[in-house]
Amino acid sequence: MPSLFDKLWDRHAIADTPGGATIIAIDRIFLHERTGAAALNSLAAAGRTVADPARVFAVMDHIVDTLPGRSDVTTMPGGTAFITETRAACRAAGITLFDIDDPDQGIVHVVAPELGIVLPGLTLVAPDSHTCTQGAVGALAWGIGSTEAEHALATGTLRIDRPRTMRVTFDGVLAPGVTPKDMALALIAAHGAAGGQGHAIEFAGPAVTALAMEGRMTLCNMATEFAAFSGFIAPDAVTFDWLKGRRYAPKGALWDAALADWQDLESDADAVFDREISIDATGIAPMLSWGTSPAQSMTITGRVPAFSGTGSRAAHDKALAYMGLVEGQPLVGLPIDAAFIGSCTNSRLSDLERAAAVIAGRTVAPGVRAIVVPGSSAVKRAAEAKGLDRLFTAAGFEWRESGCSMCFFAGGESFGAGQRVISSTNRNFESRQGPGTRTHIASPETVAASAIAGWISAV
Amino acid sequence: MSTPFTQLTSVAAPLIEDNIDTDIIIPSREMKSTGKTGLAAGLFAGRRYHQGRTENPDFIFNQPAYREAAILLAGDNFGCGSSREHAVWALAEYGIRAVIAPSSSPIFAGNAVRGGVLPLVLPHATIADLATFGGPISIDLAARTVTAGVVIYGFDIAAEARAMLIGGLDAIDLTQKSAGRIAAWQAGNQSARPWVYL
Repeated sequence: MPSLFDKLWDRHAIADTPGGATIIAIDRIFLHERTGAAALNSLAAAGRTVADPARVFAVMDHIVDTLPGRSDVTTMPGGTAFITETRAACRAAGITLFDIDDPDQGIVHVVAPELGIVLPGLTLVAPDSHTCTQGAVGALAWGIGSTEAEHALATGTLRIDRPRTMRVTFDGVLAPGVTPKDMALALIAAHGAAGGQGHAIEFAGPAVTALAMEGRMTLCNMATEFAAFSGFIAPDAVTFDWLKGRRYAPKGALWDAALADWQDLESDADAVFDREISIDATGIAPMLSWGTSPAQSMTITGRVPAFSGTGSRAAHDKALAYMGLVEGQPLVGLPIDAAFIGSCTNSRLSDLERAAAVIAGRTVAPGVRAIVVPGSSAVKRAAEAKGLDRLFTAAGFEWRESGCSMCFFAGGESFGAGQRVISSTNRNFESRQGPGTRTHIASPETVAASAIAGWISAV
Repeated sequence: MSTPFTQLTSVAAPLIEDNIDTDIIIPSREMKSTGKTGLAAGLFAGRRYHQGRTENPDFIFNQPAYREAAILLAGDNFGCGSSREHAVWALAEYGIRAVIAPSSSPIFAGNAVRGGVLPLVLPHATIADLATFGGPISIDLAARTVTAGVVIYGFDIAAEARAMLIGGLDAIDLTQKSAGRIAAWQAGNQSARPWVYL
């Protein structure tokens, strides 16, 4: 009868509060330098300490540069303080920090699974909305604010209202060239950016279980763009094989005990959800955003849609004006100024390999700025061992150090006003990648194909 | 500890668009310090100012009728996107104490409650009525009502969120009252699932 969410919840529910919330045990906390100092300093100022520093980690990813030869000095004005204060606060609190030069540095949601810090059946929180990425291993992982982070640090718990549940089932088989990013954009385009409003969403169905681990992370990553509380996938042999032997994963007899415990982490056949959505994965085509919300996405070979009656006409027109588009216009063939491959959505080794396969010895079109930012230092090393760095640089891409980089603009590097960027990131919000920058989000394959063509192009 | 929220009377500034994301509420480039203050100037910076940081007279907060507004009327999915709590800190520092929207992002709503800003949910049609009404409206959190002239609208809010806002309570203090229970639970869990502990 219980769903996977029910099981994850019940494993962590300590007590109900008089106000109807539940005190939930938090197994892992991950901080980063954008807000780590704010939370840790505020905690210390209140005379509080971190309850269990061994289960708290931090990484430099949001502010740190991704340019070669980076240091504490950043292109973001004032960025140095975020780095140095977070470093000092982590040291004072006894928290493991993956610092700029650490071989394990990288984007939090790439690093945590890579090191086995997140495991099936755990709860993990981080002051970052894309924490839901880590639900891909069968954990309950969600993004929080700084004050909630302080609460988790001080008490090892959070007080939360039980979210409603949803199952999103992808039936069928993905067509060749269709990726988890396309699945996520198809879901959000069909049901709206608020479609998952506050729900704990289990992604299920044959097209989900067929995904490799990294693809599952891409799908769960986008749950927050669907306004979900979190997204997760029942762990299976794919998950267990992928995690086994990773540094912080249990070893030996402890692994065997954990593995036995994890077998139960799936929804019972008669589990009931507050909402269910089914999508025929067979019918999903490569997707691309046309507007300023991930919900404003379309199949890449389609035409910019007319106003459909959902949302407001004014918002539709505003997005068109911002993006410099008109209804009915095809996007394929639209000239681009830049192409970006990176972010917690699509920067893992398999993402880079698929993009590289599309490039296949060709070069970036003249006038297009093309950038690849590996999701972690480990991904970067693995890619370099396979020669991908040489392939990308020979094609005309910049090959960067790992980090969040130009997924968002924090005052440092920007693509510039009016510049049209095709990006493997998660947000096409107004000015997300720089004031006035026009972002189209898509899969790494589509970004690579477009970089080569010089205009928006299907693979 | 946030400023307790009991009753509030103010004009309500209408910014009725869906998906007002936290990048719009406060662009990342405006988060210039590692602290929680000095953020009001960056609130809605991309819309509030022209280039050169002169006021954009078209933006709702810059219109004379709404300069003192402490209530914001918004569309669906307010506060979506980045989890940055700076969105709430900037709103509160600027003087916005309540956001009335058909829905807000779960992370934003959680942050708002902890920052003393009321995330108030009402249907689209009611919000449109409040915008049309135009005059000062009153929110009574204990009674769970919004009053616009002679019309009174009820609203729902989770009991815990309401208590936290009304009391300006610190959640850590509340939870630490259960410290014994948490420790006992953890001891049991550690024997049952030792791999969870590092």
